[in-house]
Amino acid sequence: MFLFIVFALIAIVAAAGVILSRKPVYSALFLLLNFASLAALYIMLQAQFLAAVQIIVYAGAIVVLFLFVVMLIGGGELGAGDRETSRQVDKEAGRQGNKADAASPRVRVQLGWPRVTALVLAVLLLAGLGYGLVTGQLYAGQGTAAAFGQGSVEAIGAALYTDYLLPFEMTSVLLLVGMVGAVVLARREA
Amino acid sequence: MVPTSYYLILSAVLFTLGVLGVLIRRNVLIIFMSVEMMLNAVNLTFAALSLHFLGLNGQIFVLMAMVVAAAEVAVGLAIVMAVVRNRDTTNIEDVNLLKG
Repeated sequence: MFLFIVFALIAIVAAAGVILSRKPVYSALFLLLNFASLAALYIMLQAQFLAAVQIIVYAGAIVVLFLFVVMLIGGGELGAGDRETSRQVDKEAGRQGNKADAASPRVRVQLGWPRVTALVLAVLLLAGLGYGLVTGQLYAGQGTAAAFGQGSVEAIGAALYTDYLLPFEMTSVLLLVGMVGAVVLARREA
Repeated sequence: MVPTSYYLILSAVLFTLGVLGVLIRRNVLIIFMSVEMMLNAVNLTFAALSLHFLGLNGQIFVLMAMVVAAAEVAVGLAIVMAVVRNRDTTNIEDVNLLKG
């Protein structure tokens, strides 16, 4: 119960951080915290395969994609009520930033609320994970569900390749179509 | 044991935060991230109910939803990049050609 409260709190505060951050990079990293705490909650729900897939697919691919796009198109720093175009704000800030850098070459790390919150949440997440692993509470294998092997790779594999074979094959087609679509969209006009 | 309703309430809170993010933010990337958060909240609901009814259907659906989300993010981010490069803005209110 205590572990659930810890991970739920991290998920909620990280979600609030996603929608309240001024910089998209901070939002992406808060999203990463949210996904990690959800993976821990999946383990508590006897869904250990889902937890692994959550980390691999969501935290390891989708958030990375978001960070790539933020890097390529340069996020912009819009709050919830700003009016200007974010890229123009970026360009002006870049011009002023270059002048400031020429004057004072040292980089000042500002300790704003996103960094403090993220630090607290990350420490809490690590502490929760460590405590859960050490005391054996964060272990998918207890209770009635474990008696049926629910959530294990064998159980999901058995269900996926017998009862849900058609959806499984269709997801592969879906991924192929998505990949072709993304490549077509990113192509330069010849 | 944590009651299933606690997971459902947490999922509802996360979904609401995702909807808030879509409604109040103007940066198209953050709107996209809020949509992903909504998908995750629904995944949590499915996993919680899968444990509640001791059936694997919920978890299989979560897998399908994750696949769909991954494909959607890939194509959606390609579209976002194309639009942002063309209009030179990440403010979603500037993409208003269809506005009446």
